[in-house]
Amino acid sequence: MQATRDFSHYVRDLGAGLSHIDLAVEGVSCAGCMSKIERGLSALPDVTLARVNLTDRRVALEWKQGGLDPARFIDRLAELGYKAYPFEPVRAEALETEQASFLLRCLGVAAFAAMNVMMLSVPVWSGNVTDMIPEQRDFFHWLSALIALPAAAYSGQPFFRSAFRALRARTTNMDVPISIGIVLALAMSVVETIHHAEHAYFDAALMLITFLVGGRYLDQSMRRRTRAVAGNLAALKGETATKFVGVDEISEVPIAAVHAGDIVLLRPGERSAVDGSVIEGQSKIDQSLITGETLPVKAGPGTAVYAGTLNLSGALRVRVSAASEGTLLAEIARLLENAVQARSRYVQLADRAARLYAPVVHAAALLTMLGWVAFGASWHDAIVTAIAVLIITCPCALGLAIPAVQTVVSGAMFRTGVLLNSGDAIERLAEVDRVVFDKTGTLTLPELDVANAVDIPEAAFALAGRLALSSHHPVAAAVARASGAKKPLAGIEEVTGQGVRGYVGELEVRLGRPSFCGADRLADRILCNDPEASVVAFRYGKVCHVFAVRQRLRADAVSAVATLARAGIAVEILSGDREPAVMHTARLLGIHEWRAGVTPADKIARIDELKRQGLKVMMVGDGMNDAPALAAAHVSMSPVTATHLSQATADLVFLGDRLAPVVAAIGFSRKALRLMRQNLWLAAGYNLLAVPLAIAGLATPLVAAAAMSGSSLLVILNALRAHRGVKELS
Amino acid sequence: MEVLVFLVPLALTLGLIGLMGFLWSLKSGQYDDLEGAGWRAIAEDEPVDEKPIR
Repeated sequence: MQATRDFSHYVRDLGAGLSHIDLAVEGVSCAGCMSKIERGLSALPDVTLARVNLTDRRVALEWKQGGLDPARFIDRLAELGYKAYPFEPVRAEALETEQASFLLRCLGVAAFAAMNVMMLSVPVWSGNVTDMIPEQRDFFHWLSALIALPAAAYSGQPFFRSAFRALRARTTNMDVPISIGIVLALAMSVVETIHHAEHAYFDAALMLITFLVGGRYLDQSMRRRTRAVAGNLAALKGETATKFVGVDEISEVPIAAVHAGDIVLLRPGERSAVDGSVIEGQSKIDQSLITGETLPVKAGPGTAVYAGTLNLSGALRVRVSAASEGTLLAEIARLLENAVQARSRYVQLADRAARLYAPVVHAAALLTMLGWVAFGASWHDAIVTAIAVLIITCPCALGLAIPAVQTVVSGAMFRTGVLLNSGDAIERLAEVDRVVFDKTGTLTLPELDVANAVDIPEAAFALAGRLALSSHHPVAAAVARASGAKKPLAGIEEVTGQGVRGYVGELEVRLGRPSFCGADRLADRILCNDPEASVVAFRYGKVCHVFAVRQRLRADAVSAVATLARAGIAVEILSGDREPAVMHTARLLGIHEWRAGVTPADKIARIDELKRQGLKVMMVGDGMNDAPALAAAHVSMSPVTATHLSQATADLVFLGDRLAPVVAAIGFSRKALRLMRQNLWLAAGYNLLAVPLAIAGLATPLVAAAAMSGSSLLVILNALRAHRGVKELS
Repeated sequence: MEVLVFLVPLALTLGLIGLMGFLWSLKSGQYDDLEGAGWRAIAEDEPVDEKPIR
């Protein structure tokens, strides 16, 4: 049965006879790739637009309807040497993009208004000390108001909205003092202008907005970028299913086009992309991504199959069920819900600072006003001075202190292969003093690998690899991968349930079960030493070799665990796998604290126990059974190979085959937290200098403008130090 | 100081034109791919006579 590929799910109809599709493309990194792809695709007939987006690593394609099959684009890109996959923007990403362009509009409006108002302010400042007549000054003030008021009303929206939300929920955040500062500064300036006064603070208010919106935009664009990468990775995983469209007719369709009740075909060596139950066929399946258990289990009609399950031997027909029907899945969903609800509402550093800062500043302003009245000043002068105090305390530096560091650090993490799912994860990650690892797929690599490669002669290994290319069995696939073989042998025959065989010259070659190759004794010896391994035998003429295939530890697992220990972070393993396998891994890594055969509920229980001891726990896991524990932990991380559920639950996602990003992320976040605190202190120290000036009534608009830009620059420069790595954890 | 009558509206108009230009560039998607835009500037031009193949 040859499956056809059906991508119609991803095609958007633009009207006027045009269709549109977005493709995520792997390996686009330079201008050369960009023009190669664009020219290669434009050369196809009927294509009206082919444009590469280098930032998001995507291609947008438009073509005239009819004739052209979207699968043709994928093939064309493959000919050019790029792996591509249709991409469906998820809703969250569309919202982020919307938000980003709104922030950019706000930034544009605020910046242009600030520049124009500044142009009007400078003559006033210089005119005040020379010979400007009051009518001219008033005229300039009115002009400033004309520009500043609408601009502030528009570009201040991000702060006003957030402050309003916080106040309605009866809390405060950083945006409350910011909004109060902006509104009071503008209101006072208008009143002053009406009374023909010397000073107005329109420029200060707009500059404040400009700086803060700039910080917020940077922060947002970094998050958007990581989300785009994560979206591409999900698409490139090639999540398709082979669906029966007729009795014996199959079609390869994207997961989104598979519905409950459909019947899909699961071939040997394929990973299931859907949840369901087997209706026909016998096979062995590997549920390690679901339960952590590495030993294959038998599957027949009635067996429940989950997304992520690897089919080992026979073809299965699976009836797709709605996600929550399965017993295991329902249990995990229930645990996850509880854990998410119980997740203690973490208060971000910025909001904690705001809770301290806002009352102090507002009290200082109030006291200033009362103090001036007590000393005999008029109410008008006292109020003006009090508002000047509010302006000069500059929530500007405070508002930038944390986003600036977050932006720089998330950029640095991105380069080491760590994607952030949530902004405050950096702060929580910095506090971690206990790391709990899942074993299967997290400490070990998700793919199988040959463990005894050194015992096998190179020539035999290479030949076995080429032979293995003809088999779909995952164990054989591991041999093929490990040997790096590219060219399959010709004339190979598959013996169902046994292995593959063929001829090289005169001699017969076989790869498969030990009994199929007459290598039982050799296989038994290997299994005695390593009971966890799967074996596959290879016979060339009369010579036999047996490969031990097993999940291998990530290359730098030992050093990563050692580094964590040196940094004073204790490590433990919580695995759903059997005891011997977990013990073996723990011993290799020098980890003393481990638990085997743990259920999802037990994992949560253990994490809660650690939390009660006052430890800040980071959970690192990939399986579906880890998802509740990921949600329960203080902070959590998943490899990019993890199940959807785990990746969506985890705060951070790391890429690649190594554990180094996990360690580096902790290092970066510790440095980041240090810099955030420093920045808050810098902002506070600046206030200590500037506030007495304001209380004394010496804060003219010129002083306010200079102080505001000075302190903001200082905070940003300090944040830039975060991109350089960390000494203690490298 | 009569010159202000010309200069002030002129300044405001220029500022508005700048802002409109920025909003237009934002709307036409020029900030969607900041990385690629830099490379496009130095990429080789397409040969003029290239016709669609097939």
